[in-house]
Formats: sequence, structure tokens, C-alpha cells
Amino acid sequence: MSDVTELGVAAIRDGVAKGEFTAVEVAQGFNANVAAAQIALNAFIVATPEAALGAAQKVDEARAAGQPLGKMAGVPIGMKDLFATKGVQTTAASHILEGFTPQYESSVSQKLWDAGAGMLGKLNLDQFAMGSSNETSYFGNVISPWKRKDGGNAAMAPGGSSGGSSAAVAARLCPAATGTDTGGSIRQPAAFTGISGIKPTYGRCSRWGIVAFASSLDQAGPMARDVRDCAIMLEVMSGFDPKDSTSLDLPVPAWEAALSGDMRGKKVGIPREYRVDGLDGDVAKSWDQGIAWLKDAGAEIVDISLPHTKYALPAYYIIAPAEASSNLARYDGVRYGLRDLPDGAGLQDMYAATRSAGFGAEVKRRILIGTYVLSAGYYDAYYTQAQKVRTLIARDFDEAFRLCDVILAPTTPTASFGLGEMVSDPLAMYLNDVFAVPASLAGLPAMSVPAGLNREGLPLGLQIIGKAFDEQGVLNAGLAIESRAGFTAKPERWW
Amino acid sequence: MSVDTATVAKIAALARIKLTEAEVAGMVPELNGILAWVEQLGEVDVTGVEPMTAVIANTLRLREDVVNADPLTGGGMRDAVLANAPAAEHGFFGVPKVIE
Repeated sequence: MSDVTELGVAAIRDGVAKGEFTAVEVAQGFNANVAAAQIALNAFIVATPEAALGAAQKVDEARAAGQPLGKMAGVPIGMKDLFATKGVQTTAASHILEGFTPQYESSVSQKLWDAGAGMLGKLNLDQFAMGSSNETSYFGNVISPWKRKDGGNAAMAPGGSSGGSSAAVAARLCPAATGTDTGGSIRQPAAFTGISGIKPTYGRCSRWGIVAFASSLDQAGPMARDVRDCAIMLEVMSGFDPKDSTSLDLPVPAWEAALSGDMRGKKVGIPREYRVDGLDGDVAKSWDQGIAWLKDAGAEIVDISLPHTKYALPAYYIIAPAEASSNLARYDGVRYGLRDLPDGAGLQDMYAATRSAGFGAEVKRRILIGTYVLSAGYYDAYYTQAQKVRTLIARDFDEAFRLCDVILAPTTPTASFGLGEMVSDPLAMYLNDVFAVPASLAGLPAMSVPAGLNREGLPLGLQIIGKAFDEQGVLNAGLAIESRAGFTAKPERWW
Repeated sequence: MSVDTATVAKIAALARIKLTEAEVAGMVPELNGILAWVEQLGEVDVTGVEPMTAVIANTLRLREDVVNADPLTGGGMRDAVLANAPAAEHGFFGVPKVIE
């Protein structure tokens, strides 16, 4: 038998269904890869090999008994440690939640288990999903499996916040993983590691049981090796949930069945404001290449304008911290997680000591920014103004989508950078999400697909942004690029 | 607008995060850098623009106003709620004595 860990979601699902290999063999293969890479990549906070095997055994038994199999039967996956998993520690990569063992299962992870997927473990991430390089986790940096081809040995960033997810999929530790995207946290790490990832329309995936960062932006989505695998997994993860007040009460389309890379009759918008000064030459080249591929697929290319693009990132860095400062007020040392109770301390001292000891530096920075912009006297100048600008950004997309069906842009302004190269400058780090944030602010579906390698041998991603509810259009444009890019590069195994 | 050490100390107190004097001092230039950068939002003309309240139009659902109208969102889970508490006694969360 060839190495099952080289297979993606569709191939594993189909192979298990046909009896080419068992689900247990698949789980064993990935469990071994997870264990072998843990010290070098640090992609998982907790590995759960027995959970993966248990789910696989159930699938093999169901198949032997001739029972119908789920849409992801026999596929073991990594679960970002932002999803509450019953009986398995869930930390959001923060000391303040160390040891927290949920008594319930998040809606999205439950849907995946119900479809026959199994859990390989809980994936590392930026603390509370706040970061773009996976350097803010309490449980240590995730190391990208990719290296620059300069002969140096610099540890590269897997992107963030879903950096454990991206590193694990790229390194073949799992065929797919869950991610969450607040301002690019699925797309940017996918681009950095040469994999695919889609953030659906806001409300497609239930937020129930996902540790909240910025509730008006947070969306779950799949990260996998190709577009088809993303379509399969997104179908399973999506759907109405009465436990999430912003869940969309809509049927889940059959995205996989309707996949088509034929772009004839489709218009692809190219936003001129994304051609920022100093755009990396390789990134500009890959964008032009993407335009040529979509033309080749039959699409008509149209120039569009998203005039408020430059204000998206500053608006995001008011809105997201404001919501975070409110959401993270729940970590008080009373109900769950860490408690730091200095001798003789009262209730207020306990709160302040617990939160000081439990939150990392970036989390504290964002809570303080959020507290400031919501405080009396500043609320209108900062928060209300940012929410008005957000309306204008969403309007820009509405106008653009009168002229086109999907938008094509780079996912990130640069390829992956070395760990430690950006940490001293929070603003420079924030700018890495400049192309990803506008779609988040507008709640639109957006995906990143691998486009090629830059001159350093590092992956670059192309981003497709679609109309609300049109994940199909996004996936199809992604497929058109994927089939022309022929991206087969993978990191050379050094771990 | 910019912040000084007194303002940072005040917002840290509001956010219930204990910071040392050195941490407050370190935070001042970082927050000022971010605030100076977001300041550019002020140049956007927002005349007549409503602030965003929902990115995707949706209606807020209400459930029937009775106990456990929907078991999915219902109650009756005291022990599960208390299971992760650092201190739970007699079916309650335990906190230090509050004496004003």
C-alpha cells in the first residue's frame, strides 16, 4: 500500500468506502506522523491518537456491517484548539485556559464527528487567535515545515492565527484541519504553507463552542490540501444552529457536487486599490499569473475599485480589539481556567492578578486598546467611526459585485517571514493581513489557494473573494486556478 | 489622541489587568503607535452613514419564554457549569470574601 498520509480528504473517504485501505490504517499513519513531528514543528498542543483510532474503528465496523458512511468517514483531522471538545483540554493557546476541559462539544466539531471524521489532536494557534505568525501561543511557536532555499536554516512562520492547522496540513500530519478566520486567520496561514483554506459567509458555520475573539467577524472554515477537500469539509461544517444567534437559517448547498473550473460567462474583478506601493515583485507576478489562468478558464477580467480598502485594517484594529475586550471579560478566575489569588487578596485583586498572569502580551495589548476605544469620551471617535467605515467597506463590495462575480487578489503582501523577524513591531505584523481583512469586515466568503513559489522557494497564495452566500463561485474560481497552477511543491522533510 | 502612563494605568484598571509600572511604561509607546495609525479613519467622510450592526442581514430569533422551550438552548446543567471552576462548593462558585 502506498503512503496513505499523502492522500487528501476525498481520496481517503473514497478509498475507505471502496475498501482499498481501512480507516484504522489511515488513523495509524497520521498518528505516527503527528508523533514524529511534535518536537520539531510543535503544531499540536495535545495529540489524541486514541480518539482518531476510536473514530476509525467505528467507521470500519459500520462499513463491515454494510451501513451508510458519513461524508468524511475515515478521515482523521486536526482540530484548532479554539473549538471546545468534550473531555479534551481546550486552551485557545492561553495559560488562562490551561487545563480547561469542556463539558460540551462545539457545534462544528460535533458535525465533523457525526460525518465520520476522527480527531488527531488539538492544534496550536496564536493566543486567542490574536496574531499572524503563531508566535503568541503560551505553548510555544509553531514552526513551518517550509524553509527558504537559501541554504540557511531560519525557522519560518506558518502564519496565524491558524498556524498549527496550516503547518500540520502542509507537513502531512493531517489531511485537513479546522481553522477560524477573524481577519485572515485561515487564508494567511494557508497562503504561507502552500495549502487551501476557505472562510465562508459569516453565519454559515456555527460559532457555538468556539472560543470567542471578535464575534461579529469570527467564522470557522476548513484548511486542506486542495479545493475539493475544502468543499467536502465545508459542507460538513456548515448549517443552521439554534445555539448561535447569528447562524444562517439556510440549507447547505452541495458544493462538492457542483464544483466546476469552467469560468466561461463569469466576470473576475481586479481591485486596483490592492496594487499597493511596494507590493512584493513575486506577489505581483503571481497575481498577474492568476489573472491569466482565470482568463484561460474563460473568465472576463474587469477592473474594479474598492475605494475604502486602505481604511479596512485600521477599522479592524478598533473593532476586533473592542469586541475582544468585551468577550475576554469572562476570564475572571471564577468560572473556569486559571485563578491567581495572592495572599489576602479581595475579589477585584484576584481578577486583576488572574488576568495579568493568564493573558499573553499581545492579548493584553488588544484588550487595552479595546477598553480604551470603548471608554467614555472615546467611543464615538473611535468605535462608532470604525463601524461607519465598516459600512462603507461593505458598500464598496456591493458596488464592485454589480460589475463582477468574484474578486481576485493576493492573499498576503509577502510570503512567509522568519520567526522573530516581525515581533518587535506590532504594526508591521498587523499589515500582513491587509488583503485579508476587508472581506472579513464585509462578512464575505473568501479563500486562498496556492499559486506557486517565490524566488526563495516559499509558497504564495491567491485569494478569491465572493458575494455573500456564493461559496460555490469562490470554490469554482479556486478550482480553475488550482488546475492551472499545478501546485505540487511540498516541504522537504527535515523534522 | 494619545495616551500617557496615567491613562494606560486607568484603562488597565478598567480592564482588570494588573500591570507593573514598567509594563505600563512599555505599553504607552505601543498603544500610541497603534492609536496614531488608526487616527487616519478620521479623514473618511461618513456623513449620513449608519454604523454597521450586522454584516449579513439576519433576524434575531426568539424562543418561547418558558423553561427549556428548546432543550438545545435550555438549562438544568449546574454540575457541568461548575465542573471547571477553580473553587466550587455546595453548588456555587467560590470567591474570596468580599468585605467593603
